[in-house]
Amino acid sequence: MIAGIRIGPGVRFITMALLALALCLGVVLGSGALSASASAPAPTPTPTSDFTNTLTIGGVLRDDDNVVEGAEVTVEGAGGFSEVATSDDTGRWSVVVPEKGEYTVTIDPETLPDGVELRDPDRVSATVAANEWQTNSITRSFPLGVDDRQTTGFFEQFLQRLAAGLNFGLLIALAAIGITLIFGTTGLNNFAHGEMVTFGAIIAWIVAVLLGVNIFVAMLVALVLGGAFGYVQDWLLWKPLRKKGVKLVQAMIVSIGLAIALRYLYLFFIDGSTKTMNVGLSEAIVIGPVRITTGSVVSMVISVVALVAVGLFLTRTRVGKATRAVSDNPSLAAASGIDVDRIIRTVWVLAGALAALAGVMLGLYRQVSWDMGFQVLLLMFAAVTLGGLGSAYGALVGSIVVGLFVELSTLIIPADLKYAAALVVLILVLLVRPQGILGRKERIG
Amino acid sequence: MDWGNIFGNAIGEIISPTTAAYALAAIGLGVHFGYTGLLNFGQAAFLLIGAYAFAIPTLAGAPIIVAVLSAIICSVIFAFILGIPTLRLRADYLAIVTIASAEVVRYVVTTTGLTDFTGAANGLSGFKGTFAAINPIPEGRYGFGPFMYNEYDWWVRIVGWTLVVLASVLVFLLMRSPWGRVVKGIREDEDAVRSLGKNVYSYKMQSLVIGGVMGSVAGIIFILPRAVQPANYTTGLTFFIWTIMLLGGAATIFGPIVGAMIFWVVLSLTQGILYGAIESGALGFMTTTQAGQVRFILVGVALMLLVIFRPQGIFGNKKELSFSV
Repeated sequence: MIAGIRIGPGVRFITMALLALALCLGVVLGSGALSASASAPAPTPTPTSDFTNTLTIGGVLRDDDNVVEGAEVTVEGAGGFSEVATSDDTGRWSVVVPEKGEYTVTIDPETLPDGVELRDPDRVSATVAANEWQTNSITRSFPLGVDDRQTTGFFEQFLQRLAAGLNFGLLIALAAIGITLIFGTTGLNNFAHGEMVTFGAIIAWIVAVLLGVNIFVAMLVALVLGGAFGYVQDWLLWKPLRKKGVKLVQAMIVSIGLAIALRYLYLFFIDGSTKTMNVGLSEAIVIGPVRITTGSVVSMVISVVALVAVGLFLTRTRVGKATRAVSDNPSLAAASGIDVDRIIRTVWVLAGALAALAGVMLGLYRQVSWDMGFQVLLLMFAAVTLGGLGSAYGALVGSIVVGLFVELSTLIIPADLKYAAALVVLILVLLVRPQGILGRKERIG
Repeated sequence: MDWGNIFGNAIGEIISPTTAAYALAAIGLGVHFGYTGLLNFGQAAFLLIGAYAFAIPTLAGAPIIVAVLSAIICSVIFAFILGIPTLRLRADYLAIVTIASAEVVRYVVTTTGLTDFTGAANGLSGFKGTFAAINPIPEGRYGFGPFMYNEYDWWVRIVGWTLVVLASVLVFLLMRSPWGRVVKGIREDEDAVRSLGKNVYSYKMQSLVIGGVMGSVAGIIFILPRAVQPANYTTGLTFFIWTIMLLGGAATIFGPIVGAMIFWVVLSLTQGILYGAIESGALGFMTTTQAGQVRFILVGVALMLLVIFRPQGIFGNKKELSFSV
C-alpha cells in the first residue's frame, strides 16, 4: 500500500499558501507604519577558550555598538585573591586567576563613561562557579545602556513570535513538501533530506560569501544545483535500489547511512564552525511591536511564491497531475501510460531544489553549519507526520503548526526546549489522531 | 608509523567497556528490531536514561543497588510512555516517533533550567565511587601486551562483559521459548498472530521493555569509564548501534557482540592509520580532525552497503530477516 498525495481539489493548497501570505503580511503591516531603521551589528562573541594554560576571566564591555573604555572590573576569589582589570580601547577586560575556583566579578558603575549605565543597575556583580571551568577562560558580560528591546508586553512578544513562527513554518514547509512528495511517490522516508537542505545553504554560502556574488544569484545557483543533486541521487542510488526491489525499511536505513556520510563530508570540507551569511539582508524593519529583518521578509515572500508555484504545478500541469496519479496508485498510473520512473525522477529534482532553497533561507534566518539540516530534519518529519504522511497540503498545514509552535512555546517554556515542545506535540497528536491532521485512516498500521 | 601501537590500540577495543556497552545496547535493539520487528530509532534515549538515572541517585548518596534499580525502573517507565502511543502505529511512524522522543529526552536533560539535577550541557561526573568501592580486585596493574589495565578498568570490563553474556543467554532462552515464537511471528505477520488470539500490542510492549532495560544497563556501563555528557546521546549514537546490529546480524545471538567488536576495532584502526599517515606526511592535505571525520563518512557508506548487499549481516540467515515493510 502506498499512500497518495491528498490535495483534493488542488485549489485548497493554493488558497492555503495565499492565506499564509496574507497572514504574514497582516502581522507585518497591520500593526503600524513601516519604518526601517539601521540595525546594530550583533556583538561579536568573546572567544571562550584559548589553548594556553593560563586561566582567565574576562569579557567585552559595549554600549550598543560603542566600546566602553576605562571601566574597572574587580575579580575576587578564595584566599583573598583580588584583582582589578580596566577595559582597553576595544572594550575588552580580562583577569588572570590562579586556579579553577569560585570567583565574584564586580563592575564599578562609577568608572563607566558619562551617559553609559548598566541596563540593570542592581546587577553590578556576577559569580563564577567552580564547575564552570570546562575551558581555560570564562566570560562574564554586563549589559549596558537602556534596554531598547521592543518586546516588553506579552501581546507584543506574542506578535513578534508569531511573525518568526510563520517565517520558520514556511521554511519547514518548503523543505517538507519534498519529503512528502518522495514518500507519496516511492514510499521512502528520506532521512537524508536534511542534508539536501544543508547542501543548498553551503552552496549559497560559497557563492554569496566566499565568491561575493549577489545573494539572489547565489539562491538561483543553489536552487539549480540542489535540483541536480536530487537528480544525481535518484539516478545513482534510488533508481537502482528500486530496480533491485529493496524494501522500504531497508531503503530508509540506506538513507540514514547516506545522511551520516554526507553530513561528515560537509564537516570535512567546511569544518565545525558556524558561518554567518553576511550578505546585507540583516537590516531590521520595525513595524509597530514587530521587529523583523529584511532577510526574513524576503524569505517569507520567496517561500510563499515557491509554495504557490508547487501547488500550481501539482494541480495544473500534466506532469503534476501524473505525479499525483503515481502517488495514488503507481501500478494503475503505469498502466495508463505514465512513465513512473520519469515522474519519480522529477519529484527528486523538485524535492532537491526546494530543499536547497529552504536551506539558503534557513542560512539567512540562522546561520550555516554542517549539521543545520539534520537539526531541522525531525521538525520536518514532525510537520509531515502531523499533516499526514504523503499529503502535500497536510505538509503545509503541519509545517505552519510546527513553526508557530516552536516560536510561540518560548513565551512559556525556556527557549532551549522549544524543539522538544514541537516533538511532544507530534507524539500527542499521534496519540489521538494517528493518521495526522489530514491523513487517511488506512495509514495506521 | 608505529604499527605496534596502532594494532595494540585496535586490539584493546575488543574488550573495552565502550564496546561492551554498544554490544549490550545492540542486543536490546536486536530484541526490538531483529526479533519483534519494531523500528526503534530511539535506543540512545534508553542509554541516556540509564546513565542519568544511575548517576543522579549516586551523586545524591544512594547505594549502588538503588542507583541500578532506579536506572532499570526509569527505563521501564520510559518504554511504556514510548510504547503506548506508538506501538499501534505502522512501522515508519514508530521510527519517527521513537527518534523524536529520544531527542525530546536529550533536550530536557540539556536545558539550563535543570542544571542542578542534570548539569545541563556540562553533564555529570564524580559518580564512580560506589562502583569502585565494591571492586574485589586489589590495587595494581594487571594483564599482558595491549591488555594492561589498572584494577578499576578491569572491574568495569569484567562487569560489562558479564552483563553482555548474561543478556545474550537471556535472549537465547527467550527466543526459543513460546514467547519468542510469538514475537517472531509478530515480526513476520502481525495479523496472523492476532488471528490466533494473541495480544500483539502486549507482546510488542514486553519486547520494548526488555530491549529498553538492556539499553539502559548499557547506558550505565557506557558512563563508568567516562563522565555523563548529553552530547553523547544524539541520534548519531542510535545510528551507530543500528550499524553494529545490522553488521553482525539483527536476529542472531552473537551478531551484536561481534558487530560491536568489528565496529570499534575498525574505527580504531582507521584512526591510527590515518593519523600515522598524516604525521608521516603521506596525507598532507588532511588535518587530524578531518581524519576523525573521514571515519564517520566510512561508517555512513558502510551502513548503506551493508543494508543493500547483506541486510542479514555477517551471521544472519537471509530467510529469517527479510525486511518485511
